[in-house]
Amino acid sequence: MRLEPIANPGPARIYGLPALALGATVLVASVLALIAGANPFATLGLIVKGAFGSKFATLETLNRATPLIFTGLAVAVAFRAKLWNIGAEAQLYAGAVMTVLIGMHSWGAPWLQLPVMAALSIAAGALVLLGPVLLKTRFGVDEVVTTLLFNFIMLLFVSYLVEGPLKDPAGMGWPKSVPVAADLRLPRIAQGLRLHWGFALALISALLIWVIQTRTVLGYQIRAVGQNPQAARFAGIPVNAVLVKTALISGGLAALAGFSEVAGLKGHLSRDLSPGFGYTGIIVAMVALLHPLGVVLTALFVAGIFVGADSMSRAAGVPTYIADILMAVALLFMVLAILLTRYRVVWR
Amino acid sequence: MTDPAEVLRLDRITKRFGALVANDAISLRLRAGEVVALLGENGAGKTTLMNILFGQYVADEGQITAFGRALPPGNPRAALNAGIGMVHQHFTLADQLTVLENILLGTRGLWSWSMDIAAARAKVMALAGRFGLSVDPDARVGRLSVGERQRVEILKALYRDARVLILDEPTAVLTPQEAEALFDTLRKMVAEGLAVIFISHKLNEVMAIADRCLVLRHGRMAGEVETRDTSPAQLAAMMVGAEVTRPQIAAGQAGRALLQLDRVTTPDREGAPGLKAASLALHAGQITGIAGVSGNGQAALSDILSGLLSPASGRLLIEGQPAPDRWTPAAALASGLGRIPEDRHKTGTIADFTLTENAVLETHVRPPFSRGGWMDWAAAAAHTRDIIEKYDVRCPGPDARIRLLSGGNMQKLILGRVLEAGPSVILANQPVRGLDIGAIAYVHGQLLAARDRGAAVILISEDLDEVMQLSDVIHVISEGRLSPPIPRGTASVADLGLWMAGEGFPHAA
Amino acid sequence: MMAFWDILISASFWAAAIRIASPLIFATMGELICERAGVLNLGIEGIMVMGAFAGWFAVYLGLPLWLGVAVAFASGMVFGALHSALTVPFGLSQHVVGLGITLLATAVAAFTYRLALPQVTSPPRIEPFQPWELPVLSDIPFLGEAVFSQTALTYAAFLTAFLVALVLYRTPLGLALRAAGENPSAVAAQGLSVTGLRMGAVIVGSGLMAVGGAFLTLSAFSSFFFDMVNGRGWICIALVVFGAWRPGKAVMGAILFAAFDALQVRLQQTPIGAVLPYQLFLAMPYILSIVALVLMSRRAEVPQALMVPYNKGER
Repeated sequence: MRLEPIANPGPARIYGLPALALGATVLVASVLALIAGANPFATLGLIVKGAFGSKFATLETLNRATPLIFTGLAVAVAFRAKLWNIGAEAQLYAGAVMTVLIGMHSWGAPWLQLPVMAALSIAAGALVLLGPVLLKTRFGVDEVVTTLLFNFIMLLFVSYLVEGPLKDPAGMGWPKSVPVAADLRLPRIAQGLRLHWGFALALISALLIWVIQTRTVLGYQIRAVGQNPQAARFAGIPVNAVLVKTALISGGLAALAGFSEVAGLKGHLSRDLSPGFGYTGIIVAMVALLHPLGVVLTALFVAGIFVGADSMSRAAGVPTYIADILMAVALLFMVLAILLTRYRVVWR
Repeated sequence: MTDPAEVLRLDRITKRFGALVANDAISLRLRAGEVVALLGENGAGKTTLMNILFGQYVADEGQITAFGRALPPGNPRAALNAGIGMVHQHFTLADQLTVLENILLGTRGLWSWSMDIAAARAKVMALAGRFGLSVDPDARVGRLSVGERQRVEILKALYRDARVLILDEPTAVLTPQEAEALFDTLRKMVAEGLAVIFISHKLNEVMAIADRCLVLRHGRMAGEVETRDTSPAQLAAMMVGAEVTRPQIAAGQAGRALLQLDRVTTPDREGAPGLKAASLALHAGQITGIAGVSGNGQAALSDILSGLLSPASGRLLIEGQPAPDRWTPAAALASGLGRIPEDRHKTGTIADFTLTENAVLETHVRPPFSRGGWMDWAAAAAHTRDIIEKYDVRCPGPDARIRLLSGGNMQKLILGRVLEAGPSVILANQPVRGLDIGAIAYVHGQLLAARDRGAAVILISEDLDEVMQLSDVIHVISEGRLSPPIPRGTASVADLGLWMAGEGFPHAA
Repeated sequence: MMAFWDILISASFWAAAIRIASPLIFATMGELICERAGVLNLGIEGIMVMGAFAGWFAVYLGLPLWLGVAVAFASGMVFGALHSALTVPFGLSQHVVGLGITLLATAVAAFTYRLALPQVTSPPRIEPFQPWELPVLSDIPFLGEAVFSQTALTYAAFLTAFLVALVLYRTPLGLALRAAGENPSAVAAQGLSVTGLRMGAVIVGSGLMAVGGAFLTLSAFSSFFFDMVNGRGWICIALVVFGAWRPGKAVMGAILFAAFDALQVRLQQTPIGAVLPYQLFLAMPYILSIVALVLMSRRAEVPQALMVPYNKGER
């Protein structure tokens, strides 16, 4: 077989194929439910109901979506520049660590100290990604492997902190950190609504990234470097500097996920702060076609599946890992679908 | 009815790609002991025809007979097994493997346990001696010269007992003297009863080596003639469909030196030499041509002028002043250099960017295209529409992706991008490679017009005819060394050829 | 310092190093085959998880140990087939697909485990491979204990590395594979199928990765845990680079690496270990991998066509 480029793909291809990919994912979900001995329709229904069926469920989904928007944006920004940042998990934890460090004692008015917490978290995440990126630009070391390895190193560092210097004396043996001061917790968006300002911050970030990508010189340069670094370099674009800037933005975004989880939801740092938000961010970004606003929608969708699968699992007995399978399958179907919007398959 | 000496026969081969007819009823007969030249411009259908012969494509109509047997269509191994070998223009060698490994690749069943290297080595050495193809069988291919690699490709075919050898533009990468050695080898092969198809667009070589010429134009057979009954002018006329007369180009008025290289040296890279104490002055109102076989330092010269590379020693002067210390592409652009890169697909454009995005690639950091870090896309689009109109870029519009454009139109957009910035020095590296005749004339016309407006143009090309036709001054480049300037009309092709081979050009003092 | 030397000259230390190296050797050989043919396989981490689970599960269900290894190999081939189908003929990003395969294989293993054993709290054990003291050889002083008293699966790891080297450098198939990773058009010009060679390499390579994972459950730990592979796959990718894409050097790298790992475990029990946090020791393998990548980055022996999809008709 051969792939032939399509000069002007029609809307049927551009929108139909990704839709087909999602449809195929639903089909896989049904098959998995059948294998688990459950009724596929009931299973799917329970997932949807568990995700959006009540006010409580919807808020739970929005809360779960918040870190995914941040990590999804982090990955989307980096992948645009073909900077393979697989280390959003480490950058998230870097942000979380910084949030606790700055927020454990309150020393200023919240309106002053909270932005400082956020800014230093961003800096910490950016710094964590800077290492692998400099190794890439200086030594040509593939950043996929280094960012992946950093995830493990970071998690061990967090484990050291929560069992050592930052250990909560009131933790009754649970390895968790001292809490963030009460007045430094992100406020709820509305009274009585279990949704904190981190969600709003995520939406604002998505909008901001969208503006940067479409309207600014940096956004244009990031795309140029990602699409063809050789041509970008020839045209006078400082490729390495653009990669470093991209890394700072990407790492900072991932760190905000940690900031928002600690300051908005958990209030302290622990080793299980993130159930793989950094990795799921890759799926979110890819399925969103790296579009910042698409990331918001996809994060809601993905969060819904995870939250829905949790409650479905309790009711129908299908293992909750069905959500992880669906995410991976959606990713693979989606990249294939995107390819096929631009190429047609010719059999000889 | 069948000629016993006939080794290969293509009967009315037709291949369509959508509306395009790439091959329209092409027939070819090849007899043992003869050389047939396949002539035609880029896009005339030569490559498609060979891809059909080697099973990469399946012909819509027609059939192929080799040694009296029909060749099954669409089977890449069939032609090889029938004793037909091909030397591609872009060598199909693996650099990290040895010569012997490259030759052995694919000669034995994949699932056999041994390679019998001793016997293979003996056979290769015997063939090399018989046809004058000396090469070290244990050398890594990546370390070999281009001429040696070509010998490996020919040995590969001969090792497979090929009786028919097809060479695609074999001399494009050779000096005239190396080409002569290749012709000797081919003559030895023909004398032993092999048959050769020689694909080229260099008429002099075709006249020298071929017994018969088959000319293709726009996918059709434009004619088939015995070489002894024809002339280069007649062949050229068949290739382009009309008598071509080379326009006489008036000499430029030389002004002051706008850019100078003063004994510039750069390090060698990946098998290609860097510059060796190269000196050069580019004058306003002149086209300076750089003649040479590819891989002799042109890449280093082009990179210096593009801002991609700084001299390791020696000086680069712009308008008499030393170039900025941080010599980057951005610095080159700021110094008034315009650059037409060698590879418009990989270096010149970004395939999935729109025409607008490509048009402002070099200027987007400046007003009116951006202010304070914010892009002004309306200004960029207006600029692009100007270029499209002024440089006759045929395209659906400024928002189309540039990958949809033909090579000629892509090159026109690059030309517009470069010239509209008003450069004082213009680097044109292989500016017409792969373009059709109309586009070639257009690009050449624009370069001449820029020269006449007072720009200093440097033309790097492997096509000696192009260099001699356009240049006011020629430098020959060989092994990274630049010859002294040779004014227009003071050296013959033979002189230049010798110098290109690195023999005896007087060192610049 | 004395403690340090005592560790290094003890046979049990080297026996541990070779044991730790075994799964890495399997998986590194698998990755090496893929990369030599031109495909980066980032599915390795998930495929190792899948292999660890599949091998263990087969034995748990009553199959003999060696059939467990075979089942693991087959499970790896399935995911390798999926990986190669997407990356080779379709030429999709090897980064994205590889990560997708890792996520998918990990999730499938977890899903199946939970489905099959919904109620268990402590992971069930199986009877793993036992050390097999090779006759005569295991009586050699030092070497006998360090090298020749391992489980059969360890011997198989070294045999595999030997076979991989033999095939790569001494057979037409190996030549074709290497050429496919260097210049696929050279392979295609000989009428060989680049697609076939690369897919085959990824499928078989993934099988070996899965056996590497199965070593953990069938020879090392005897139970299956979700996070038991714990980044070993990524370390193997670093080992391939460290070994300059050569089987022999990669094996040496794996042993060196495993020796460091064994050393840090022992150092934790010395006075040094009392001072430094244990997490630092645990982080050593990952830090060493990064150091190895940086050290080897200057060597330009990368297969030239690694991560470059081949689409015939494109020139």
